[in-house]
Amino acid sequence: MSTLPTSGSIVLRADRLFRSVNDKSLVEDVSFDVRAGDVLAIVGPSGSGKTSLLRLLNRLDEPTKGTVYVEGTDYRQIAPRELRRKLGMVTQRPYLFPGTVADNLQFGPSQRGETLPQNAVEALLADVGLAGATARNVANLSGGEAQRVSFARTLANSPLVLLLDEPTSALDDAAKLGIEGVIQRIVRDHGLTCVMVTHDIAQASRLADRALVLEHGRIVREGSVKEVLHA
Amino acid sequence: MLKLIFHGELQLGLAQAAVAALAALGMVLLARRRGIHLESETLVALVRGLVQIVAVGSILLLLLRGPVWTSGFLLVAMIVAAGATSGRRAKGVPGAFQVSTWAIACGAGSVIALMTWLGVIDTAITSLVPVGSMLIANAMNTNSLALNRFRADVLAHAGEIEAALALGAEAGHSVSPYTQASLEASLIPAIDSLRSLGIVWIPGLMAGMLLSGARPVYAAVYQFVLLAMVFAASGLTSMISTLMIRGRVFSPAEQLMLQPGK
Repeated sequence: MSTLPTSGSIVLRADRLFRSVNDKSLVEDVSFDVRAGDVLAIVGPSGSGKTSLLRLLNRLDEPTKGTVYVEGTDYRQIAPRELRRKLGMVTQRPYLFPGTVADNLQFGPSQRGETLPQNAVEALLADVGLAGATARNVANLSGGEAQRVSFARTLANSPLVLLLDEPTSALDDAAKLGIEGVIQRIVRDHGLTCVMVTHDIAQASRLADRALVLEHGRIVREGSVKEVLHA
Repeated sequence: MLKLIFHGELQLGLAQAAVAALAALGMVLLARRRGIHLESETLVALVRGLVQIVAVGSILLLLLRGPVWTSGFLLVAMIVAAGATSGRRAKGVPGAFQVSTWAIACGAGSVIALMTWLGVIDTAITSLVPVGSMLIANAMNTNSLALNRFRADVLAHAGEIEAALALGAEAGHSVSPYTQASLEASLIPAIDSLRSLGIVWIPGLMAGMLLSGARPVYAAVYQFVLLAMVFAASGLTSMISTLMIRGRVFSPAEQLMLQPGK
């Protein structure tokens, strides 16, 4: 394990990542950098290893080989809980916890013995277009609303990087556009760095600055969205 | 009817066993019609059960005349066998055998030791072994239910568990709703047995005591004593095993290892 020389704006570096399960290779020799404020889209067909790669970034799965550097530090030197707080993840399905919207937003901070002030809860909900929903029971939310709560819940942890795993794939078109608006607003207002997985090229074009294309777990193209997706 | 045909005790016993096994197989055939296939598992369990109980009965016949320490030896052997049986209910969970054996040893073992020391269980081998075996067997069943439920819940809620991990939750905390549900569900049979005692069923121990000439009131009270001990042993076992098993489904880097398809 080592520490990279601090390169200033690189917040995340995937360094020769491999992941195989039962002799099946899911991610093969993947390296890339993500700079502060970047929105990087990882695109590719189903089964190309996009989600497997994203799960390696916050160490929900262990790389077979390789590592990830977070602000220059090998992530194996960072406690998993602190790492996952820094690299907040929003998944395809929101997986909200039973209770109110506020309970869900307080979940992350409460793991560190902190409580989010009421005005911070309100502000986060306003950011995701759910102002005034604090006391609503999550069982009564629509799919789009639940996904917005999932975004706010992740933001409540003040992440350094936002990892998005097909966050609109389970939603209808109207809800999908709403969530895209939330992503654009969050990235702009919070100045967040973002790595998003999507199979939707048009969505990647609308939201990302840079893209990399995966096929069979390997990067086959990488560069600006224009270069990669419209080539 | 069987008594008219079979006159020898052993012949009658084997005939009764055959008829009871046929009833069990009848249930298996009914289950098969509903698409539930229990044939091989039931057949093996029936044959194993009969062979085991006859073998143990024969060994007991010898051991019951032996020194007191043989009780301890027998109970330890029963705990290990119970741990092996119960551990199989948590397929895919590393160390399920060790967890089950330790949980049953600590849960049932501590209740047996305490109750024997207090004089609730007689130290005579003819009392300690049968009563101890009842506590161990019930602790095993409770443990199996707890582990089975825990495994199913973790597999069904892998998304929620990983959502909690991704928000910085400690691994044990991310599965705590499922350990709690497993503990509660595993204790339902023990609670229901206590609740329905004397109304829905008159257990075997009480029937045995009555047949051997004990006073009905004492037989009834001792049956309650036994069920209360079963509840304590089962609850402790389940509590220990659910506490121990929750760490086994995660890697050292707090990654959920028990997942559908993994």
